[in-house]
Parts: sequence; structure tokens; C-alpha cells
Amino acid sequence: MPKSVVLDSAAVSRAVRRMAHEIIEANRGLDDVVVVGLQTGGVPFAESVAAALLEIEEVDVEVGKLDVAFYRDDINLRPVLPEATTEIGFDLNRKVVVLVDDVLFTGRTIRAALDALMDQGRPRAIQLAVMVDRGHRELPIRPDYVGKNLPTRRNEAVNATLDQIELGEVTRS
Amino acid sequence: MTVALGKHLLSMADLDRVDIERYLDLASSFAEVQKRDIPKVPALRGKTVVMAFFEDSTRTRTSFDLAARRLSADVVNFSVSSSATKKGESLRDTVETISAMGVDGIVVRHASSGVPNRIAEWTDASVINAGDGWHQHPTQSLLDCFTIWQRLGTGDNGLEGLKIAVCGDIKHSRVARSNVEAFSRLGAEVVVIGPRTLFPPSFDGWPVKVEPDIDAVLPDLDVVYLLRIQQERLNEGLFPSTREYRAQYGLTTERARRLRPGALIMHPGPMNRGVEIDPEVADDKQAVVLDQVAAGVPIRMAVLFGLIGPGQAVDRNEFDRIEHEENR
Amino acid sequence: MTTTAFRGGTVIDQGGRRPGDIVIDDSSGAIVAVEEGSPADRTIEVDGCYVVPGFVDIHSHLRQPGNEMAETIESGSRAAALGGYTAVVTMPNTDPCTDSVAVVSEVLDYAADALCEIKPSAAITLGRSGEALSPMAELVAAGVRMFTDDGTGLQDAQLMRRALEYASGLLTDDGTSIVLSQHCEVSALSQGGVMHEGAWSSRLGLGGQPAEAEELMVARDIALSRLTGMRVHLQHLSTAGSVALVRAAKAEGHPVTAEAAPHHFTLTDAECAGYDPVFKVHPPLRPASDVEAVRDGLRDGTIDAVATDHAPHTPDSKELPFDTAPPGMLGLETAFALAHTELDLEMERLVELFSTAPARIAGLADRQGGPIEPGRAANLAIIDPERTWTVDRGALASLASNTPFHGRSVTGMVRHTVFAGELVVVDGKATR
Repeated sequence: MPKSVVLDSAAVSRAVRRMAHEIIEANRGLDDVVVVGLQTGGVPFAESVAAALLEIEEVDVEVGKLDVAFYRDDINLRPVLPEATTEIGFDLNRKVVVLVDDVLFTGRTIRAALDALMDQGRPRAIQLAVMVDRGHRELPIRPDYVGKNLPTRRNEAVNATLDQIELGEVTRS
Repeated sequence: MTVALGKHLLSMADLDRVDIERYLDLASSFAEVQKRDIPKVPALRGKTVVMAFFEDSTRTRTSFDLAARRLSADVVNFSVSSSATKKGESLRDTVETISAMGVDGIVVRHASSGVPNRIAEWTDASVINAGDGWHQHPTQSLLDCFTIWQRLGTGDNGLEGLKIAVCGDIKHSRVARSNVEAFSRLGAEVVVIGPRTLFPPSFDGWPVKVEPDIDAVLPDLDVVYLLRIQQERLNEGLFPSTREYRAQYGLTTERARRLRPGALIMHPGPMNRGVEIDPEVADDKQAVVLDQVAAGVPIRMAVLFGLIGPGQAVDRNEFDRIEHEENR
Repeated sequence: MTTTAFRGGTVIDQGGRRPGDIVIDDSSGAIVAVEEGSPADRTIEVDGCYVVPGFVDIHSHLRQPGNEMAETIESGSRAAALGGYTAVVTMPNTDPCTDSVAVVSEVLDYAADALCEIKPSAAITLGRSGEALSPMAELVAAGVRMFTDDGTGLQDAQLMRRALEYASGLLTDDGTSIVLSQHCEVSALSQGGVMHEGAWSSRLGLGGQPAEAEELMVARDIALSRLTGMRVHLQHLSTAGSVALVRAAKAEGHPVTAEAAPHHFTLTDAECAGYDPVFKVHPPLRPASDVEAVRDGLRDGTIDAVATDHAPHTPDSKELPFDTAPPGMLGLETAFALAHTELDLEMERLVELFSTAPARIAGLADRQGGPIEPGRAANLAIIDPERTWTVDRGALASLASNTPFHGRSVTGMVRHTVFAGELVVVDGKATR
């Protein structure tokens, strides 16, 4: 499968840093801001964003992990098992939650994540940060912070890690 | 990720080690859900689960009921006092009547061994055995494995290297039959202790060793699993007196002192204090009886989720298509 | 008077094997000729078939009176005829119990239109309760020749001894003898047991009946036979120990006879693994070593007869949990084919097991069980030994369908059955 590297690790880290700046700007500081990464792909980005926030603003924001398996709308369409457990060791009430994921595609995962978050408490606001927005939304969901807008075809696959972001074709096995 | 937890859960024999570990992992996720302010997820929204308890068991029924509700399933209670079986309706008619109403899961408890197996032949719904006669009680086994695994487990190695004694009335115990299978499948060494009159006629094919002397084996054990001694067995003359039973096989305060620190004392409940377990031992911190009860809901959520949630077969092409779109 | 000849078959009875054209007369109900080429009004070609004395089942539950939903004398006799039987001894666990002349007469009334001879046995004890003797002399006068409390064993050794002694003094008008048949099961040991006690019962969590529950009573009744000098017939032997006990008793010359049921030489206790009560029966299905021992007993003559223990039950009663469902399985329509398929015995031995010996045991030898010769009652089974068929519980003549052999392929089919000169089965179909 031919793959092309869209961003290398230096570019990824620049993009994360930029998003961190945007978060600080949009919220006029980091009061009440917490970061929650989606299991499992969003978690390293969430940690990376939090590290950038610490470096820039010297504020150590809380970081949580969220698994949405039990909230998915495609439970009967495909096997769904939790990839890892939810770990949110702090109160979400009245917080500004920055939800972080690696790739934004149809929006269904984010829809599930919103429900899952609401069951955890009542945040003052939820904002969405994604490393890659590849389009093809099926729900009215839009990100607040985007690392890279990447036009794709539906049958392409995007693989996003802190090391690099790749675009390739999905092969049927 | 593939899921193949099967359609029914009738016996621990239905589960291999990978399946059991998958249930334990799932239960870990649901244990987290339990701790939330709103301990409920929509995973089984629109699914209907019938609690068919032909034998009364408030504890197990409550645990299953809560598990199903916390997954947002609709729950129908079919209790024997309100059921037609008392009016002479055959088991099959009862089951076909329930099935015809369109249900996804039937949780069955029955005083006769094998009833869940039979029901599974008569319905399209998933059948979950909540205890049948002397035969099996798989969700009890899973919650017991979960309890041990959380306390003493070695990560990916299941219960490898642990030595577990199952003591008491093995013959009449569905818990013993399913636990022996479950513990050994996860790698533990299992010994059985008790009077010969409370042993099954044959241990052929059981992954156990008979340990004649409880006192000799106590210091080596990681878990002592005590079974309930029912008054009925005394009436049948299977042992001379509860006093003698306690002296020979009971986990007395004196015996408990010789357990290694960190060894677990377990019991499926309800306990007969002063028979199979001394009252002080039952209240000791090594006794994890309440942890067992607490593990019941997440384990039963895992089973319900695994069998009537996402475990259904998916057409391969359809699966691929969704996989593409899934790439978030 | 019309005569019918069965031509081209091989005749097998206690006189051996020979070609023969058997001519029967429908008005007298007797065999009129056996030589090849004997004239007759009509001919039925039976090339390649065996012509044998009609089978005699000394152990059937035909449920009437009491449970006509499961079986009636009529439906049971049709099942019997299709299985090649021309006589059936019915068991007394009817409702009311067959322990009085009144019930015996009632059974015989129902039997008037049956498709085979119906010979009721009667209970040894009143109500089969094991407490007091039934009116045995009256019952003998009413035609009863076999007494049994079948369904349960007679637990009280003293009462069994008295029954044997009392029966030995009873006279019959036709000079035939009286036999007491025992369902061998010491209930104190079998109590709570719903299958064989062993590895399978342990694993399945079902109460077991140890082999010894049967063997103890076999040993006891052999001892009582020795004590009283009276003949005892031991029903449905199912264990290696029972077979060994009977073999030894016969070697010592004790007048004991024994039977085995088809399911005990074809099925093992592993069948119970699915908890389907169609496999629940008393005595229970046993492990393979016992099945082998029963087969050996049938081969070497330790076991005298195959008896079906035909026990019809309504579908709903077999849809109860395994431990609460009633024991018993159908047998009449499948017994011969199973024995023919599974036992690897000469046809001569099968004729002994199915006809000659059971007719003798039940006191029916004057008209049942051969020999096939002129003047004898025309009770015949004509067997196609090559025909393979599949047991279908939905296609049985029995009102019930609790056969454990559904779907099994067997070889050997009853083509025609002649009862008292009447063709009651033609080409595998009952004529009425």
C-alpha cells in the first residue's frame, strides 16, 4: 500500500504547539481548562497538548482519558469492545473540557464522546481539538482547533502519531 | 478487534482462556462506569433482557437486573410466583412464549441442572445461565476470577502460579463445578477438600487434586474458597454434625491464622458462620466476600454486553466497509 | 377361507434355517403348509427375506388404562406389529395399577381389537407399593402368567421370598408356569439418581444411580431363587456386574432368566450430556464397558431375551427438566432393527432373543415363538435384512415420540407381520 508522509514529527510538534496557543487565546488563559484524550489514538496528543500548555503558560492542566465504546451508535453494526478504560480523575463540573482526538472523520466518535462526557458531569463548555481533520462528516460537528486539514477520499486511511502523519489507501484483507 | 464470545453463556466449558480474560477486561471497564456519578451507559439501549428466575435468588437477580439497567437495556422480570409454570405449562411453552415477545437475552436460574441448555435449544435469544441445579454458575465464576485477578493476578498471566483450595460440598455445588474449570483455565492449581460424602462420585476429567488434609495445605494456599454447607445435607446424613464438620473442614480462627498473609478467603454467600467459616474469619480483612458481591455487577454487565451487545455476527464485507469509515 | 403363501423366503426358527413357502389360512389363523411349492389362493413374494416366528415383547408399557395421551393398547399394538411383534406382555404400572382381576379384564377388553396378542402382567404387590401381595391366585385364574412390580423393584426381601413361595404353589389350567419378574433396583441406593452414577453424572451435576443399586438386587433375587427353588426373571439388565452375576447363577444351575433392552446395548450415559430427557430411563444408560458386557451377555446366552421396555411419554412431560421428567423411551418399532444392526449376531440367535425365549418365559410357547410348522398359530414376522431405513420420531405409530434413536440409520426392516393368520403389516405399513 503506497503511503505518503504528510507531516513529520517536527511538523506535528509545531502543530500541537500552535493548537496550545489557540487554546490559551480562546479561553483567555487556562482557568478551569482540562484536557481529555479519546482512547486510544487521542491520548498521546492530549498529553502532548498539556505539555505544550505547561511550557507556554506554566499551568499544569489536568489530563483525562475517555473511552466511548459503550456510547457508540454502531454497536450492532460492528464488534465494539472498549480499547482501554476511562480515567478521569477530576471533577468535570463547570470545567472547560478540551476534547482531543487524532483524526476527525464522520464525527460519530465525537458524538459518542459528547454523551460519555455529559454522563461524567456538567462541563461549562466542551471544545474539540483534532490533529487531523480529513472531512466526510456525517453529523453537524466541527472542530475548534485543527492541527492539519487534510482532504482525503473515503477509501483512504489516515494514521496519526506524534512521530508522523501518514496518508495511504486501505487494502481489503 | 474480533469478538467471538458466542451466543449463550451456559457453562464455563463454553469459554476458553482468551474469552475469560476478555470478560475480565470488559469488567474492568464497567467497574469504572460503576464509579461514575451516573453509572449508566447506553450500550444496550433498545435491547430487552428477561430475568427468568424459576428458583428464587434475590442476590443474583438483583445483580443481573442492575447490570442490565446500567447498560440501558429494558428489563422484564419473570418470577416463578407470577408465572404459568405453576399452572402446569411446560418449560418449553413458557420459553417460547417469552421468546415470542421479542427478547434479546434470557437470564435463567433454575433448580434443575441443564435447564439453560434446553432453553437455548428453544429460543433465538441469548441464554445466560444464572445458576442451574448442581451444574454451573458461570457468572459467579467470572466474578470470583475477577476478584482474585484484581487482588493477586499477574497482569496478562491470569491466575498463573496461584494455588486455590475449594472446600466443602463439591457434589451439590454449581459454584464448585464452574469455578474449578475457571480457575484452572486461568492457570491456577486447584485442590478440593471436603468429606467424601460431599464429593461427586467421580473426579474423572476434573482439573483438580484431592487434598485429604486441610491443615497440611493451608500455608501454601493463595485462596481458600469455602462453599456453603446446607442444612439439607446434614438432614440427609452426609456428615454427622455441623460441629464435626467445623472441626474437620471449617475455616476456624485457628486455621485462618496459618494462612499466609495476603491469601484470600472467599465464599459465594450466604455464609453459615460457625460451620464452614468462623464468624471472626468472615469479618477478617483477608475475607473478600463483599468484593465478590461488588464484582457481580460489572461482570454481569460484561456478559450482557458481550453476548447481546456487539457480539453478534457481522457480514464480512459490511465489516470492512464500516472499518474504513471507522478510521477516524 | 383364503390361503396366502409367502414364497421365496428363508424360514428360521428353533428348528434351524431352511427354504420354505409358508401357507397360512385366514379363517383358522393357522399355518397350513411349509413345503416349497405348496398351493395357495394368493402369493406374496418374499425373496431375500427371513420368515421367522413373530416377536414377543415381555416388557412393554402400553399406558392403558390411565395415560391414554401417551399410548393406548391399540396404538401400542400397532407399534408392536410394525416392529414385528405378535405378542406383548404389558406392565402393571397402569392407573389404576393392574393388581386385580377387574383391571386385567379391562386390559383384555381393550386388547380385543389389537394388532397383536396382549398379555397383561400383574403386580406382585397391591398397588406396587411393596407392602402386601396382590390376589395372585385370582389373577392366575384370569390368565396372568407374569407378576412384576416393574417401575420399581420389590424392596422387601422377605416379601419377595413369600411371593416366590406362594406363586410356586399356584396351578394354571394350561400347565404353563408362572414367573416373577424383577425390576432390579435397590431404591435406597438409587434414590435421587436420574442417570448412571459416574464421570458424566459428576460433571453434569445430576444425581446418579450406581451400578450397584441394580446389582445388589440381581444378587439378592438369585439368592432368593436358590432359597425357594422358584424361577426369577430379571428385567432389563444394564451393568457388567449384573451380567456376571446371572452368568454365574446359570452356571450353577439356578432357574433364572434375564432380558436386556435395546437402549442398553446401543447407547451410553454420554448421551445425557445435552440434558434431553429422551435419554432418561431406568435403569439408566451406562458407560461403554457396561454396554459391551450386555452385548456379550446377549451373545453367549446369559441374557435370554431382548425386551423393549417400551415406555411412551407425552411430549410435554419430556420437555420438563432432566431431573423431573419421567424415565422411559420407546422401543417396539426400533428394537429388532437396532439388534440386527448393532449386535453382529446370526439371525438364528436373534430369533431366540426376540421370539423363542421370550415366548417361553412368558408362558406363551403354545402359540408364540415358533416353531413354524403346520397346525401352529400363524404368528410370523417377515424381515428384509438388507433394507436400510432412518428412524423418524414423527413417523412412528406410537402416540408418543420419545425415541432416543431419532435420525439413526438402521438395517433390517419388518416387511410383513402376520398375527393369528391376519396380515396386520404389509410392506412396512399397518393394515388397520
